[in-house]
Amino acid sequence: MEELARIRNFAIVAHIDHGKSTLADRLIERCGALQAREMTSQVLDSMDIERERGITIKAQTVRLEYLARDGQRYLFNLVDTPGHVDFSYEVSRSMRACEGALLLVDATQGVEAQTLANAYQAIDADLEILPVLNKIDLPAADPERVEEQIEDIIGLDASEALMISAKTGEGIDDLLEAIVTRLPPPEGKAEEPLQALVVDSWYDPYVGVVTLIRVRNGVVRKGQKILFMGTRAVHQIDRVGVFTPKPVLVEALGPGEIGFVTAGIKEIADARVGDTITEEKRPAAAPLPGFRPSQPVVFCGIFPVDSNDYDHLRESLAKLRLNDASFEYEPETSTALGLGFRCGFLGLLHLEIVQERLEREFGLELVVTAPSVVYRVHRTDGTVQELHNPADYPDPTKIVKVEEPWIRATILVPDAHLGAVLRLCQERRGEQLDLTYVGNRAMVVYRLPLNEVVYDFYDRLKSISRGYASFDYQLDGYGESDLVKLSILVNGEPVESLALIVHRSMAESRGRAICEKLKELIPRQMFQIAIQAAIGGRIVARETVRAYRKDVTAKCYGGDVSRKRKLLERQKEGKKRMRQVGRVEIPQEAFLAALKVSG
Amino acid sequence: MSSASSSRTGSELPRHRAETPPDPGFALYLHWPFCRHKCPYCDFNSHVREEVEEGRWRAALLAELDHFGERTAGRALRSIFFGGGTPSLMAPATVAALIERASRWWRFEPEIEITLEANPTSAEAARFAGFQAAGVNRLSLGVQALEEAALRHLGRQHGVAEALAALDLARARFPRVSIDLIYGRPEQDLAAWERELRRALDLGTGHLSLYQLTIEPGTHFHTLRRRGRLPLPGEDLGAAMLALTDELCAAAGFAAYEISNHARPGEESRHNLVYWRYGDYLGVGPGAHGRLTLGTERLAMRAERLPERWLAAVETRGHGQLPAERLAAETQATEYLLMAMRLAEGVELGRLAALAGRDLDSFLDMAAVRFLEAEGLLRCEEGVLRATATGRHRLDALIRRILR
Repeated sequence: MEELARIRNFAIVAHIDHGKSTLADRLIERCGALQAREMTSQVLDSMDIERERGITIKAQTVRLEYLARDGQRYLFNLVDTPGHVDFSYEVSRSMRACEGALLLVDATQGVEAQTLANAYQAIDADLEILPVLNKIDLPAADPERVEEQIEDIIGLDASEALMISAKTGEGIDDLLEAIVTRLPPPEGKAEEPLQALVVDSWYDPYVGVVTLIRVRNGVVRKGQKILFMGTRAVHQIDRVGVFTPKPVLVEALGPGEIGFVTAGIKEIADARVGDTITEEKRPAAAPLPGFRPSQPVVFCGIFPVDSNDYDHLRESLAKLRLNDASFEYEPETSTALGLGFRCGFLGLLHLEIVQERLEREFGLELVVTAPSVVYRVHRTDGTVQELHNPADYPDPTKIVKVEEPWIRATILVPDAHLGAVLRLCQERRGEQLDLTYVGNRAMVVYRLPLNEVVYDFYDRLKSISRGYASFDYQLDGYGESDLVKLSILVNGEPVESLALIVHRSMAESRGRAICEKLKELIPRQMFQIAIQAAIGGRIVARETVRAYRKDVTAKCYGGDVSRKRKLLERQKEGKKRMRQVGRVEIPQEAFLAALKVSG
Repeated sequence: MSSASSSRTGSELPRHRAETPPDPGFALYLHWPFCRHKCPYCDFNSHVREEVEEGRWRAALLAELDHFGERTAGRALRSIFFGGGTPSLMAPATVAALIERASRWWRFEPEIEITLEANPTSAEAARFAGFQAAGVNRLSLGVQALEEAALRHLGRQHGVAEALAALDLARARFPRVSIDLIYGRPEQDLAAWERELRRALDLGTGHLSLYQLTIEPGTHFHTLRRRGRLPLPGEDLGAAMLALTDELCAAAGFAAYEISNHARPGEESRHNLVYWRYGDYLGVGPGAHGRLTLGTERLAMRAERLPERWLAAVETRGHGQLPAERLAAETQATEYLLMAMRLAEGVELGRLAALAGRDLDSFLDMAAVRFLEAEGLLRCEEGVLRATATGRHRLDALIRRILR
């Protein structure tokens, strides 16, 4: 157990690509936690996908020992946080384990939307914030301007901001010292009943569930019987340890410390994030203030391309869920796509990550339907239905009103692109809440329907601002909207997996775009195919795929039969990927592309 | 009409098949791989050589014919077909020797058809008498077009007048003559094709092979098209030409018994019918294919493609065959379907099921068959599945759809 005064728990918060992982690597290296040969680039990002995308998905911690200039050894717990808007919830819970935060800002880029969002979260969590300007070695670095932004936009004193280059190592020594002198030590009492916050938990095939905790009061040690105050589950601790970043077993963890325990727990549901651990025989009077569980906000259907892979998909989802309690899934049946699952995610990136992991780690080929948000349908019978799937949309005559989730979006954008950004927000039914300038950059705050953001808002924003706009959002309650279900019909048959819920004002243009895309992608067949978009019984868009007029091999004699048969066999392979809607064969690519234009 | 059953009374279609299913027959194909020039549209196994040692080639063809004869001796032979290449470049004596050798191995059916493909040049016409004497009783003339400019563009070595003169000679010599035409040529419009086809129908032959130009990989036309220098008719014009072809031929008494083949009654190519009915056939010569039933097995056979390699193989081991492939039951059924659906007479479902060795439902998508029937593209009655004329124009798509 460590002396409180010599512990510093801190997170690094930053906008994506501002160098958070590189800084973490540098700190780990300076503190000698890993030998140089053990350093892979960006140690804390353990999953392939994280390394490729440059983002951190799950919070991780590392315990570092630092010999300060005062001659004392200090213990640092660096808590890594995800850098993407989808995971802002995980950022907030990581912060609950800390007393301080390094607010890392790219000195060439300045304050971005996630800088802002993360800084506010740190302020809300009562953390001491140390502004750190990174990449000062680059010619484009403009620290003075960025300091000004930190003061003007976030309202933090940046006069003593640290200047570093995580890449070259410049300024790292001063930063380490500042962590000691400027961030507060934790508080807590070892003699009090145990109170430890579950910061994260994940499944390990060898030891079961690993629970990452932050001890507030009391001591946790091996052999102790612990009580999860939320679930009332009791387990006996069989391991206590810390990450250096390698897992290392320790005797005990005392107040202010961050580490892990294992207790033969089989499911992460038993070690819920935000729950409080206490000692069974001497429980704490009250749990620590928990955090609300993360709620999936984006839903979509996931189906195997080859229906024989259904069981494999089910098992794979179950395995992923072992380590990611934030996504949900339940079986779904679609006439066009067969058996699959309706899945809920924290956001679009989260969806993409899960999809990629299913494809990459489990070798599955998937069809993913249009993302949808959770609507609240107030029915005439007084009930409120939480609608995750447009296919479940009730008969309009049974609906009193429909509410949709809104977000509060913060966008920072250079002046030159402001007009385009405002237009985009208006197109997406946004309501402007605020518009301020800092130098030549504007900060706009909009209230937007989440539905308008989940498809391609972020991509569009990046493209209209040539990559200069940054974006972050928080959920901002539900609001009534004039929403309709847009059905897509192929030769008169509704294709449920293409149905979507849209604002009435956009139904027609969306319908037209989807019909046009389908027309491009549905191969011509033996008969004419009508593709229609409809609201209830009213057709709002129509396209026709003409029938083949001629598709025949002119010559076919004795020798040609082998060649023709082989060609046919190749075509039959392609046919396996076709989905049947009525008599029409629709390639999966067409579904996917139609879903893409849905936004 | 008072009931559903009486609604069929007025149908013009025969309710019962008049004959028993046709015996698909057994045929012999002989390939002469040489041409004077390679035509820019042709992807057949044809080669231009300075000199051909005809004696060696004759011996080799006879040797490979013997190789097959030993394994199939005594079977009833319905047809012999000399194809190429340009078989009319063969010496009549070579043709005679091959026919004579075939007659020793197999029992010729009384109506045996012996066809030779010929180019309608004056040089080749000079050999017609020799071919007739050798036993050829049907000539297939590669006229290809009845317009001078088109013939030049197709790389043909003859003019219209020369071709018509050759045709006259052929008709005088051979009881059955067929001509080939290629349509859907660059810049050909519907009216031009109609004029040309009407003229062809008046030429007095009993059989017309009318092929819509298809651009095959590896041909000069393929290169031209890739470079955008081959303005071919689009699908709509192609379809209109196909429909017009069927219509004009039918009006003139030539039934479209196969997609591209039109004949007066009894004038059908018996040889090609063996292929399309998925009978047995032997292929002798470079690149020739065969299908042969031996015992309970059905073999797919093919020979070395390159003339020199084939020749060397025959001279070493008596045949130029590559290893034969044993065709699985389902493969045989697929091949039968692919071929026989090209014919107006269609596919015998009983035979199809027997070939597939299993329930037709697991081989064909019968639901698709039924709705394509409702769409007027297929007919399935009295145990026969056939494409209608409109169905046949979309046959490739149709087969993709009904095959599981």
